[in-house]
Amino acid sequence: MSDVAKLLVGSAVERMEDARFLSGSGYFADDLAVEGMLHAAILRSPIAHARIASIDASAALAMPGIHAVITAHDIGDTIPIIPLRLAPLPEFEPFRQPVIARDKVRYVGEPIAIVVADSRALAEDALETIGIEFDALSAVTERGASETPLFDFAKDNVALRYDAGFGDADAAFASAHYVRTERFSVQRHTALPMETRGMLAEWNSLAGRLVVTGATKVTFYNRRALAQMLGLREDDIDLIEIDVGGGFGVRGEFYPEDFLIPFAARKLARPVKWIEDRREHLMAINHSRDVACELSLACRSDGMILGLRGRVFADMGAYIRTNGGVVPAKAAQFLPGPYRIPHVSVSVEAFMTNKTPVGTYRGPGRFEANFFRERLIDMAAIDLGIDIAEFRRKNLITEQELPYPIDGLVPYEGPTSYDTGDYVEVFERALKEIGWFEKSHLQGKLIDGVRHGIGLGCFVESGGAGPKENAALTLEKDGSLTVAVGSSVLGQGLETVLGQIASDTLSIPFDRIRVLHGSTTLLDEGFGTYHSRAVVMGGSAVLDAATRLREKILQQASNHLGRPNSELKIVNANVIADNGASVSFAALAAGHDLQADGTFSNDVRTYSYGTHAAHVTVDPRTGAVKVLDYIAVEDVGRAINPAIVHGQAIGAIVQGLGGVFLDHLIYDEQGQLLNASLADYLVPTASDFPVLRAVTLELRPSPSNPLGAKGAGEGGIVAVAAATANAVAAALAPLNVEIHHLPLTPPRLWRLIKNARERTTNAA
Amino acid sequence: MKLPPLDYICPATLTEAIAALAAYGGNAKVIAGGQSLVPMLAFRLAAPSVLVDIGRLPDLKNISISADGIDFGALVTWRDIERDARLAQAHPLLAAAIAHVAHYQIRNRGTVGGSMAHADPAAEMPGIAVTCDAMLTIVGPTGTRIVRANEFITGGLSTVLGADEILTSIRLPLWKKARRWAFEEFARRRGDFALAGVAAFYDIDAQGLAYNAHIGLIGVADRPMRLPGVEAILDGRRIDADVILQAAAVARDAVDPADDIHAEAAYRRDLLGVLLERALARAADIVLPEAA
Ligand SMILES: Cc1cc2nc3c(=O)[nH]c(=O)nc-3n(C[C@H](O)[C@H](O)[C@H](O)COP(=O)(O)OP(=O)(O)OC[C@H]3O[C@@H](n4cnc5c(N)ncnc54)[C@H](O)[C@@H]3O)c2cc1C
Repeated sequence: MSDVAKLLVGSAVERMEDARFLSGSGYFADDLAVEGMLHAAILRSPIAHARIASIDASAALAMPGIHAVITAHDIGDTIPIIPLRLAPLPEFEPFRQPVIARDKVRYVGEPIAIVVADSRALAEDALETIGIEFDALSAVTERGASETPLFDFAKDNVALRYDAGFGDADAAFASAHYVRTERFSVQRHTALPMETRGMLAEWNSLAGRLVVTGATKVTFYNRRALAQMLGLREDDIDLIEIDVGGGFGVRGEFYPEDFLIPFAARKLARPVKWIEDRREHLMAINHSRDVACELSLACRSDGMILGLRGRVFADMGAYIRTNGGVVPAKAAQFLPGPYRIPHVSVSVEAFMTNKTPVGTYRGPGRFEANFFRERLIDMAAIDLGIDIAEFRRKNLITEQELPYPIDGLVPYEGPTSYDTGDYVEVFERALKEIGWFEKSHLQGKLIDGVRHGIGLGCFVESGGAGPKENAALTLEKDGSLTVAVGSSVLGQGLETVLGQIASDTLSIPFDRIRVLHGSTTLLDEGFGTYHSRAVVMGGSAVLDAATRLREKILQQASNHLGRPNSELKIVNANVIADNGASVSFAALAAGHDLQADGTFSNDVRTYSYGTHAAHVTVDPRTGAVKVLDYIAVEDVGRAINPAIVHGQAIGAIVQGLGGVFLDHLIYDEQGQLLNASLADYLVPTASDFPVLRAVTLELRPSPSNPLGAKGAGEGGIVAVAAATANAVAAALAPLNVEIHHLPLTPPRLWRLIKNARERTTNAA
Repeated sequence: MKLPPLDYICPATLTEAIAALAAYGGNAKVIAGGQSLVPMLAFRLAAPSVLVDIGRLPDLKNISISADGIDFGALVTWRDIERDARLAQAHPLLAAAIAHVAHYQIRNRGTVGGSMAHADPAAEMPGIAVTCDAMLTIVGPTGTRIVRANEFITGGLSTVLGADEILTSIRLPLWKKARRWAFEEFARRRGDFALAGVAAFYDIDAQGLAYNAHIGLIGVADRPMRLPGVEAILDGRRIDADVILQAAAVARDAVDPADDIHAEAAYRRDLLGVLLERALARAADIVLPEAA
């Protein structure tokens, strides 16, 4: 039995889910199998932009084992539209995605028909026989490149433009000693959860109820959306969350299939399962990043930043999906970063193209914004002849200046402030960890055929989005505890973390706790997992419920033992009175229902912060980059489980390095996705970046929640492009190469080096 | 990504296997390790009506070394090559090249015969076969024929193999002791197909001059290729930095790679020159002056 006197919160408790995963008893969407189950496959548009002239499914319907071919026609006169979950701006409404294409397709991968068959293989055989006549339209693949509007009602392909900011940037720029403007971009790429999307939909025609298993992230929201689309009551639908093999923002949003598969199950009155294959995944899951920015910095000659101006351009793909404009809005909001910049003006332009729609991917907008700003800071420091570390130190917001308001950068959000922290101390720690002073002589140096570079990237990162989360705790008759929470578990170790919180509060051994999560059957309402909110919000809700349950247990024990609460203490799932009498939790629960609900409401965001530093070498002849050392230092306020936070950080760095060097969804001018397979879409594997380090600090707890926790899931990725690109730029500085665009592939670096050489030769 | 409908047979003898292929005309396909064929089926880029699994055929799994050369049965896997302690001496160039092939799951199943028959332009085995003048044994309904590696591959993913023929073995000529050699390749991630690769060897005569130079490339054309122009530069010369740089310059001019999503043509052309410089320097055991 575990020692409950020792608090678990703050210690590296082994994850309760690991035994299940490592022994192969995890339970994922593709493990689902029920009697009479049918399988769905989806016919996806092979072309980027076209009108659909006709669909002929007669051959498919005649094939053995085929139960249905469902097209827009079968769905009815009005095709349901996927709602905007976040930032529901009216400008985006007309650009939302219908769940199936009827008259027009707008990206390669858009659903046109669903085949339901006895097996997935038969369904795929039938897909091949469906004849579609398209009237091709010219594809739009760039901003402003074409006059062809994707939507008939629109005069052009810009869905949204806005200006935001604070202070008086124009005046700041006019009076500045130094101004520099550069254009940067981050390529389209996305998350690649090991498990693709999938679900089993079961319609009970007698009860008129629907159960969808395999849901995650925002199940309660998705249930509401689905109920409206199907014309059902919300409580006639259950969305069930089982194990999830990764989320990273993309998994669990409401996608077309989240309507189509339940619709098929109801239409056929048979259970229908669908699993996304990897090719579909790459063309159907939300894409992300794909943001360009024109960024300007105004400084005094001593390096004090006076103002920042940023114009953000975001390729949203063919529709605005559930995440609305979060990616560009956050790319704009996080442009100033952890620096004292009195005058900021930003603008956002979200434009439509014939590509897969965009959504949030771990660190949405931040990965991009930090890259843009930290690159420009290096350029400015070098121009002004100021050491790049000193330049940052000078401009970092000091602890005395916190809380530091950053109001007005997102027009649809209320006021918000960076909360607590010591940005400078964490910065110095990163310098120390990477060996900044010892290694400064290596900058740009050619040793054994490779050039060395060390780069820095500072960030501040929001988490813990409101409004609320709920939890319900039940002391079972055997004295064990069941924790139910509205947060979703995406493989990040949340079960363990919530178990730790409950264990400490109730003095119940960790191994007597079971955590249920996500499913709509558990609670009246839940809010899910995104924006690094599950511990901040869900953890605080569990803490609240546990505190209430503790009171109830003590009250019950007081009645039972005949002693006042003040003489009772809880030790290892027993209540012991001062006089030595005791009663076990099991005995208390046997006689009474011991249950407590908890909730946590909060609209104040947490702001974690930190600095990344990278030491790389670049082979100037091949463009190959090696990461020799990498350190991410972040203050997360409170790490409930340092081992889990560390794992989150390391995983996030690898994922971020993928975004810097490898991940790239490549389209041609016809809007064809050219690399929809893992042979050509390159992701980092476990062995690609072996030397990564992360230091998690708990310097300043968050004032927003009783745990003191700040979001800790994304700080590991948000500054990776910033630090790494700065390191590569430092390595190549002697060759007059500047870095503006990701990914830093060997051919791209080679090209930059070659062009810089040719420029120098021509100039000479 | 499910396979198209197809039948599967697993014959016990070579004769049966060839008879089966012949019986289905062009609609049958040999399957060996399946590491290239199964993805093509899953993407429905190939749709044979039957798979003829040659995995149970006897005598195709051996590596034998004799006075005539080194013979690899078609079913020898990358893992077999890696584990054969003799090859480090008997054919170090091959051993070095095969170390770059794929990841261990694939290495356990992928075969030399499958790699030759699939003829990926960036694959290592066909590159070594072409560089080293391998001879391939092909068996069909009318008997056995022997084909030189450079005649075997006729273009991107295409070979002289008939629909009813099976490649049974690959013979590499014996490796000379004291031979100078190197293999260099560049891939985006370890185990990926190379963006470009160079296999190089030559012998040294009593005067210390190179002869019998063989330079082979992968990843820069629709098939592996030799560079006779470069070989001519090396033969009869003492291999020093000047010769190497000259060879690399000729090599860059001798190739005409295409643009693709992974690299522009000019990059591959230059990369190949860099790899050749590095390979030749390593073979000659000299250090080239550092370029910036
Ligand atoms: C992720 C991944 C990475 C890879 N990386 C590399 C790499 O870096 N370098 C590399 O060289 N390869 C690589 N490969 C390919 C791998 O080496 C394959 O094993 C090889 O190309 C084919 O061998 P196989 O036995 O699997 O052939 P199969 O897939 O079974 O067959 C391939 C083709 O050859 C035909 N065939 C097979 N055997 C014979 C025979 N004996 N006679 C006639 N026809 C035959 C089949 O009909 C088919 O057309 C990679 C594969 C994967 C999946």
